[in-house]
Amino acid sequence: MADPMKIRAQMKGDAAEIRVLMSHPMETGQRKDGAGKIIPAHFIQSLIVAVNGKTVVDGQIGTSVSRNPVFGFKVKGAKAGDKVVVSWVDNTGDKRSDETAIS
Amino acid sequence: MDMLRRTILKGASAGGVLTVALAAGMLKPGQVLAAEWNKSAFDAKDLDGALKAIGAGVAAESKDIVVKAPDIAENGAVVPIDVASNIPNTSELSILVVKNPFPLSTTFHFSNGAVPEAAVRLKLAQTSVVKVIAKADGKFYTAQKEVKVTVGGCGG
Repeated sequence: MADPMKIRAQMKGDAAEIRVLMSHPMETGQRKDGAGKIIPAHFIQSLIVAVNGKTVVDGQIGTSVSRNPVFGFKVKGAKAGDKVVVSWVDNTGDKRSDETAIS
Repeated sequence: MDMLRRTILKGASAGGVLTVALAAGMLKPGQVLAAEWNKSAFDAKDLDGALKAIGAGVAAESKDIVVKAPDIAENGAVVPIDVASNIPNTSELSILVVKNPFPLSTTFHFSNGAVPEAAVRLKLAQTSVVKVIAKADGKFYTAQKEVKVTVGGCGG
């Protein structure tokens, strides 16, 4: 499985602010290596953010997203202690899921 | 028992609890299935093709969409973009980089209390308009901002 994500989830007023750093090369499939060969596309295609088991953000991602993606979201109605799970799947089928509690 | 053993055993039992929870179905990472990846939209090489593929062929300009992006990005490989929609019932936000080889960068669908805003970091191949599409009550709205890029971000 890929390297773990770093998720930060904090209450700010009436909303939870969720920030996640993912570890992923996000290769576009357009770059060439030193020998002139195309480096194959390898990028996160979808992500899900769930709070207490309910999906809050369903994201589709393309190759324009930077290496080691960082995403920020806000969720109203969440409260401290709620469980946040972030999951991603990439174009090779590799996936990763990490969680934290809202502080 | 020495401290190292205690730490390892503590860690092992914590990991064990997580495994049990997973097995018991309390955490089901794979359970919430993401929407099917919109290949035709992400593979579109031009703005119009991408817009059509996400259904936003006609989008009204809106001042209620906020696009925060640097006027000048020193590093095109990592350009921080914050987008938000104040249009009521916004369910979706899509971000396109008009001059990128594949303009559509991300589409987010919001539900269950998620606020329609997102912070992302994008690669910009060159100076480009960053266009945001918001979907609310089945209608599409748009706002945009130009970002000047001094060093292109696609590594080529």
